[in-house]
Amino acid sequence: MKIFIPTPLRVYVNKQDAVQVDARTVGEALNALTEQHPDLKKHLYSDEGKLRAFVNVYLNDEDVRYLPEKEATTVKEEDSLSIIPSIAGGCGPQERTRL
Amino acid sequence: MLKLSETIYNALRKHGEETYPHECCGVLLGRSHEGVNEVVDAVRAGNTRTDSAHNRYHIAPQELVRIQRQGRERGLDIVGFYHSHPDHPAQWSKTDFAEAHWLGCSYVITAVEKGAAKQTNSFLLTGTTEEDKSFEDEAIQVEELVAERC
Repeated sequence: MKIFIPTPLRVYVNKQDAVQVDARTVGEALNALTEQHPDLKKHLYSDEGKLRAFVNVYLNDEDVRYLPEKEATTVKEEDSLSIIPSIAGGCGPQERTRL
Repeated sequence: MLKLSETIYNALRKHGEETYPHECCGVLLGRSHEGVNEVVDAVRAGNTRTDSAHNRYHIAPQELVRIQRQGRERGLDIVGFYHSHPDHPAQWSKTDFAEAHWLGCSYVITAVEKGAAKQTNSFLLTGTTEEDKSFEDEAIQVEELVAERC
């Protein structure tokens, strides 16, 4: 399956806009991605090994966080994953990060 | 440097006027090369922060996925974002900085005073990680339309 990489992270995947991986689940796909490109890991995961709060992962058009099986969701070869950092802000005072 | 046409520049400023007193937001599609983010299209996005739209914006990730896909089909990348500051200076806020994660992208802010677009500034998110990121003032080059001469 294909994993689409956002512009800020392409520097860690040889400037490709997408990476091809073999995987049976979303979790396996993300693991395969960071095994192929280890420098990417710290940009996606916190020191505790959790996906950073501002990093969204979409399986086709579905937010993986809201899928019943989350990262254990099975994937097909024709599926695609998109890694998409959040975009937010505004002129008001800072508040807790929204997911 | 951020490079864009006068048409796109005017369009993103007009968007801020239309949504006043709420913040507008959108995505800049184009190409990055040699320190220049060249904008080919500005895509309007919905502000999901309906609870506090006068001083907050948030683009739904699903909409970003869609815009990124549409850009890819046209050979364009996400090179930046824009939003407005209603009755507030065109300067990044602590909130803008805390929630900026697209390193190398341009963040364009337009001050809209009493419904009229005033100053527009661009800030480049530099750095290599979340921990060392910073906003730098970025020059905006607006390419003027060439009027047909009789």
